[in-house]
Amino acid sequence: MKPFAYRRADDVAAAVALLSQDRHAVFLGGGTNLVDHLRLGVATPDTLVDVSRLPLDRIEELPGGGLRVGATVRNSDLAADPLVRQRYPVLSQALLSGASGQLRNAATTAGNLLQRTRCVYFQDVTTACNKRDPGSGCSALGGYQRYHAILGASPECTATHPSDMAVAMAALDAVVQVVGPDGERAVPIGDFHRLPGDRPHHDTVLGHGDLVTAVDLPPLPETVRSRYRKVRDRASYAFALVSVAAALDVRDGVVADVRIALGGVAHKPWRASLAEQELRGAPATEDSFRRAAEAELAAAQPVDGNAFKVPLARNTLVATLRELTGGTPR
Amino acid sequence: MTATQGRVRPRAIGTPLDRLDGRAKVTGSARYAYEQPVGEPVYLHAVQATVARGRITGIDTEAAAAVPGVLAVLTHRNAPRLADTRDAELAVLQSDAVAFRGQFVGGVVATTSEAARYAASLVRTTYDTQPHDSVLRPDRDDLYAPESVNGGFATDTEQGDVEAALASAAVTVDQTYTTAMNHNNPMEPHTTVAVWNDGELTLYESTQGVHMVRSQVAPLFGLQPDEVHVVSPFVGGGFGSKGTPHAPVVLAAMAARLVPGRAVRFALTRPQMFFVAGYRTPTVQHIRLGADRGGRLTAISVDAVSQTSRIKEFAEQTAVAARMMYAAPHRRTTHRLARLDVPVPSWMRAPGECPGMFAAEVAMDELAEACGLDPVELRIRNEPATDPETGRPFSSRNLVACLREGARRIGWERREQAPRSRREAGHLVGLGVAASVYPVFWMPGSSATVRAGAGGRYTVSIGAADLGTGTWTALAQIAADALEVPVERVELRIGDTAFPPASVAGGSSGITAWGSAVVHAARRLRETYGNAPPDGAEATGETGDNPATERFAMYAFGAQFAEVRVDEETGEVRVPRLVGVFAAGCVINPKTARSQLVGGMTMGLSMALHEESHVDGRLGQVANHDLAEYHIAANADVGDIDVSWIDEDDPHVNPMGSKGIGEIGIVGTAAAVANAAHNATGVRVRDLPITLDKLLGDPGAGNGPAVRRR
Ligand SMILES: Cc1cc2nc3c(=O)[nH]c(=O)nc-3n(C[C@H](O)[C@H](O)[C@H](O)COP(=O)(O)OP(=O)(O)OC[C@H]3O[C@@H](n4cnc5c(N)ncnc54)[C@H](O)[C@@H]3O)c2cc1C
Repeated sequence: MKPFAYRRADDVAAAVALLSQDRHAVFLGGGTNLVDHLRLGVATPDTLVDVSRLPLDRIEELPGGGLRVGATVRNSDLAADPLVRQRYPVLSQALLSGASGQLRNAATTAGNLLQRTRCVYFQDVTTACNKRDPGSGCSALGGYQRYHAILGASPECTATHPSDMAVAMAALDAVVQVVGPDGERAVPIGDFHRLPGDRPHHDTVLGHGDLVTAVDLPPLPETVRSRYRKVRDRASYAFALVSVAAALDVRDGVVADVRIALGGVAHKPWRASLAEQELRGAPATEDSFRRAAEAELAAAQPVDGNAFKVPLARNTLVATLRELTGGTPR
Repeated sequence: MTATQGRVRPRAIGTPLDRLDGRAKVTGSARYAYEQPVGEPVYLHAVQATVARGRITGIDTEAAAAVPGVLAVLTHRNAPRLADTRDAELAVLQSDAVAFRGQFVGGVVATTSEAARYAASLVRTTYDTQPHDSVLRPDRDDLYAPESVNGGFATDTEQGDVEAALASAAVTVDQTYTTAMNHNNPMEPHTTVAVWNDGELTLYESTQGVHMVRSQVAPLFGLQPDEVHVVSPFVGGGFGSKGTPHAPVVLAAMAARLVPGRAVRFALTRPQMFFVAGYRTPTVQHIRLGADRGGRLTAISVDAVSQTSRIKEFAEQTAVAARMMYAAPHRRTTHRLARLDVPVPSWMRAPGECPGMFAAEVAMDELAEACGLDPVELRIRNEPATDPETGRPFSSRNLVACLREGARRIGWERREQAPRSRREAGHLVGLGVAASVYPVFWMPGSSATVRAGAGGRYTVSIGAADLGTGTWTALAQIAADALEVPVERVELRIGDTAFPPASVAGGSSGITAWGSAVVHAARRLRETYGNAPPDGAEATGETGDNPATERFAMYAFGAQFAEVRVDEETGEVRVPRLVGVFAAGCVINPKTARSQLVGGMTMGLSMALHEESHVDGRLGQVANHDLAEYHIAANADVGDIDVSWIDEDDPHVNPMGSKGIGEIGIVGTAAAVANAAHNATGVRVRDLPITLDKLLGDPGAGNGPAVRRR
């Protein structure tokens, strides 16, 4: 690993200032993703600015029933928080389905949002990768793409975003609070992660020196039930092949409101707005669920080796919605 | 006959003694190779080829050499010349040729591991790249027949007239099965600490056999065997990948030569273990079975294809188990190899039997289905009276007892013969069975020394290995019984070439071979000195020969049963129950034996559901080369594993009557799981691993969703 300097920031302003002064500095959270990248040579910063001990480790109630989750709250603490478990089961479930207990104890909210793709070529510096080395080409195309995108990919990049937490947050319409060199701003989660297009090296809309300070979770009506379902290649400790975060509000057998996000299918947590449109006002039945899933997946473009993700995403979405309406799994 | 004369009377043998090294291990005081105290060590990091085939045209080490702390940068230009380069895998840095991607092309020695690793990343190598060929395809026209296959078995065999028998058979199965490339991935990576002193080489090595390392490394450096000292008291698993030296130990010994008197520490990174430490070849097996309507086999034909590397041959003995497993008058087996630009394949737990019995035992399930027979009954009907290949009687063969007991334990009577008959809470549920087998190898060449001490204590020395499996304990039990003293009075010394030579811990032969030598030594001591030998009295014994191996076919057998649940909508496969019943002779220590068998079955489950090294043919390397992407069964994948064995008394195998249990546990598991998955879903998966997409059906392949039919 390339030698680097290590600094610890005492407050948010200092952290942002440290990065603004140095083009080759990066923030360090729990380090569970970044440190691997240092070892592999995927990240080669000159300076690490440790933000994991900034006073951003609280989960606070927002007026109106929402929650503000500090950027350095550990994944395990967030998953175990009583208010999170009560109001946003989908988020708690998503977190607990990710990584391992040890990793969740170290990983931070911001670091989880900003973790990078697990594409095997991205992680192997001896191969071409537009995300790691812009313009070098995409080795995944025509290669090992079991974990790659079926929606929203580009010829430059077919990688997926690996986070489970972010998928739940996308379904919850979370808002990311950012402090950057030009001040504070709030970014809706749907706008936070990017599709690859011709600039796959940008995972998100953040610029250099932008620090995530918190994630706000808006309130959910009490009648909403939410759930996270992750399908993977082993029973635990594996990234999603497909995952579904869904929040469903059914009144008198009719879908009053619904939010759905899919994981493992795109370069960002995929908000399934076509499926949602199809469902709003429709009877909460198996047929509606299936039609909605098919509407969302009509645009799917599988690549070599991942065509199974299309029926898998459809089936998983239908099953998740069915379970949210109280139907027992079949 | 020497060693098998008379059975040892079991007292400590057969008791579930706790591991004698358990406390040292859990408290961290047991030292593995990397942890040996060696003064002020320096560190080595390897540089690997980034092309799959070609020649090095330039190698720029300037930036690497300039990194603070770097002591030396090794390349093929400045590496010590080896005295013997016949083994191309071990001829490290001896030329500019690159034979596979990831091959060592250099190494950096530095005062810290960080500096070595960073400097290694700065070595710039240019290549004259040649076209490469790294993907096993069975339809190539340059497959060849090796002279023999691993274990020294014949490449091809033929008895009777298979084609005629197949043509006239009432029922036939004709299918092709494939198993994935697997990497051993022991918990402890391949590790060497090497130091040269006065022209002699000491290696602290993570190995399955210290004497085997000595005998292979010494000639490379032009040394006499006794000028190489190998120390390896504790090993964190090997599964065959540490059964024979690979390139790392050679690179470490070379690097140490550049810094005489200082120890060089070298451990592979996890990704590097996918390139230079051996692996299980993928296999393609064409199996044809012919039977009468009652399921009695008339013909067995197995054509196995696997890969080897262009620089060194390894021929997986995939089809050998089919030669002896079931009675059939007409039988034929062949092995063919594709020579590819890939790392050298090697041993992985039960090479041959493990992939071979996957295919054969799924084929048997298909035959049972075709005959409308219970698969347990089918196997019983095909039980041979004598070894079908040699005609010799079995020294003991209790497959049928294992099948019956396993069926009882899993509740086989609940199994519905027709697939897709059992549905529970959104899951299709099924049961499956497969047989297990592993040969009892008589491995000569070990000796042991027993020395009497004060107070009726004895020191027993032999260069044996404990891979984490229980040698420290089980061998002490054998020694105690051979000397007829309590275990507490025996001090065992293993894992060092300072002790008498021991054969490698391979072929499940360790305890039987070393144990036979220990028993022989103990008997000699008693013969010479009686029951109260003087302090310092010593005797040495050998494994010797066992003429009974000429008269009997010797194998351990087993039966494995699986319960599989498949999610109807996602195809996710779970295995809540595995039952394994084994007939493996005398079990020396039921506690460590149980761990071995549970471990073998867990690894078999992992092979069944998860393990697959995906080769990217364009790059010529395994794409998923780390443990986040190469999946091994996690705790949550492993349900209840019920291991037992039947009492088996085999007077012919060795003085303990034991058969070896290191490998049989992995043989058959994958077939039992695949057969249960078929019973659950009606989908016959013939390609390992059984991932959910194979049960879901790939719409691109046009076969539609198979799990959920609507
Ligand atoms: C073996 C393994 C399995 C895993 N399995 C899963 C899984 O199944 N599901 C899943 O979701 N995840 C999984 N993970 C990933 C894990 O969730 C992430 O590594 C973790 O969430 C990252 O958080 P961190 O705090 O350690 O981030 P770090 O590694 O510290 O940082 C990650 C990135 O975030 C940036 N960063 C950190 N803090 C801030 C901030 N405040 N503002 C701006 N930028 C910041 C860093 O610069 C870096 O680019 C797995 C990881 C491993 C190693």
